[in-house]
Amino acid sequence: MKLRPKFQRKLVDNSVKVISTISAAVGIAFLVWILFEVVSRGASSLNIAFFTQPTAPPGIEGGGVANAILGTLIITTIATFIGVPVGVMSGVYLSEFGRASMFGKAVRFAMNVIMGVPSIIMGMFVYSFMVVTMGRFSGIAGAVSLSIIMIPVIARTTEDMLRLVPDSLRESALAVGTPYWKLTLSILFRAAKAGMTTGILLAVARVSGETAPLLFTALNSPYWPESITQPTANLTTTIFNYAMSPYADWQEMAWGASLVIMAGVLATTIAARSLSKES
Amino acid sequence: MRAAVKAPPSYEKMPMTEETKSKYSKTGDRIFRLIAAMCAMMAFVIIIGIFLSLVHGSELSLKKFGFRFLISQSWNPVTGEFGALSSIYGTLVSTFIAMVIAVPMSLVIALFLVELAPPFLSKTVGYSIELLAAIPSIIYGMWGLFVFAPFMSDHIQVFMGDHLGFLPLFQGPPMGIGMLTAGIILALMILPFISTVMRDVFLMVPPVVKEAGYGMGATTYEVTKDVVVKYGIEGLVGASFLGLGRALGETMAVTFVIGNSHAISASLFEPGNSIASTLANEFTEASEPLYLHSLIELGLILFIITFIIQAAAQIWLKRLNRDVGIR
Repeated sequence: MKLRPKFQRKLVDNSVKVISTISAAVGIAFLVWILFEVVSRGASSLNIAFFTQPTAPPGIEGGGVANAILGTLIITTIATFIGVPVGVMSGVYLSEFGRASMFGKAVRFAMNVIMGVPSIIMGMFVYSFMVVTMGRFSGIAGAVSLSIIMIPVIARTTEDMLRLVPDSLRESALAVGTPYWKLTLSILFRAAKAGMTTGILLAVARVSGETAPLLFTALNSPYWPESITQPTANLTTTIFNYAMSPYADWQEMAWGASLVIMAGVLATTIAARSLSKES
Repeated sequence: MRAAVKAPPSYEKMPMTEETKSKYSKTGDRIFRLIAAMCAMMAFVIIIGIFLSLVHGSELSLKKFGFRFLISQSWNPVTGEFGALSSIYGTLVSTFIAMVIAVPMSLVIALFLVELAPPFLSKTVGYSIELLAAIPSIIYGMWGLFVFAPFMSDHIQVFMGDHLGFLPLFQGPPMGIGMLTAGIILALMILPFISTVMRDVFLMVPPVVKEAGYGMGATTYEVTKDVVVKYGIEGLVGASFLGLGRALGETMAVTFVIGNSHAISASLFEPGNSIASTLANEFTEASEPLYLHSLIELGLILFIITFIIQAAAQIWLKRLNRDVGIR
């Protein structure tokens, strides 16, 4: 076998090292670039009216996105109340009852697949079984579509976190006669609290920035949210409508709204991650 | 003769007082388990529900166009002629561009995180890359349309047109928006997903295998190419599959920058459309039943494609028997 010259090998090695360092730097540069643009362009449209006034027609002075912020909070909260119990209980099933059974394996597989289904498909699904049935777009339909996105994420993290709890803890609780439901709710959940909270917060952060599923479900509205059975204003769809409009003042508002939603999502994500790091 | 061993009384046969009976009552556990199983069932309900509702919702166009829907390029709401070809083409091309950029880049980033960077730097860089995944896709859209597209048209596309303009791929006016810009932004969005899984795969390679390579005098590149990549090739392929699934269905960022034209053009500078971007743009405007059903059929196509890719990725990654990726 003919040996390649040492010089050539070192050259290849070093160039790969340089390329790989540059790639990592490029990734970070894009992150910084995006953060910088959103903050610098969004900050100028933030003022008191932005957080207190509802959306105004183009050209009219003033106006804010307060109704959209409130709408996003309402939709995300309802989605959380639907998604968390279902997600957590599915996780309990996977970890406590269906670890090795065929049904458990199939559920785990299905959950993983759902995690990869595009969110716009969830919007169409909810559109066809809620919007068509109810006859109109509604905030509750938006919340349901977001909760469907949350369920598999929460189920899988809950399962992972419960599995980390040592079996000896389960056995000692069962040995003194604790029913399984009580064991799960007051011992396992307590032991896995930090990890489960992280998973739930990450899921909430992720869905609160979702746009695609809301386009066909919650739609948007220029008014304050009054009923969840009506189209409901929300930040992400407002950004989409404003950014695509030809009006400069609306586009500026879109940047402001982008800053608000990005700050909210990133803050929740970072908080969630630091929470799991502490434990 | 063996001594007769008396079996200990089994748990069930132990005499129970009224008090212990209520303590060991299984009703609560049965209900609890039933609730958990019903929640778990939701996974199937969702998948089957999506499939049935999309098939039901696209009835008219399935009947009218049949297989022709997949190969027809016309998209005309006025005459009621619909075909998915330009959307499928746009989805595949933008995804292909994204994969061509993101997969090699993720590979070298994973190499940087695992082999080159000191622990502190590796942690910080890894965390920052993961944050890219947390940014909502609508933010990528805003940034792409107002910041990155002008940058593309002023610098990158002019440069590429000058030097690579002899290829039909890079001809046409530098408009900023279009297939290439959409592909690059998609690459950026799937980069964190692929590189995180690849990093986990790299970390799964036993140190002793790598050390054996280094002991033979191999360079870092040689160890990576001949030992680490060969050891973890299944995981690396699985990682790319996960990124592929994400890129295919990404909606908002693509909708902002792809240009939304139902035409197939050879140049990557020209605007196009993807399945998801067409849905986002036209769904609420579709007034004709046939128009709406054609859009839902587009959704059905997208669902089937992503379902197959996700299922394949799951089965493939399961062989690794380890959980990898961003949570």
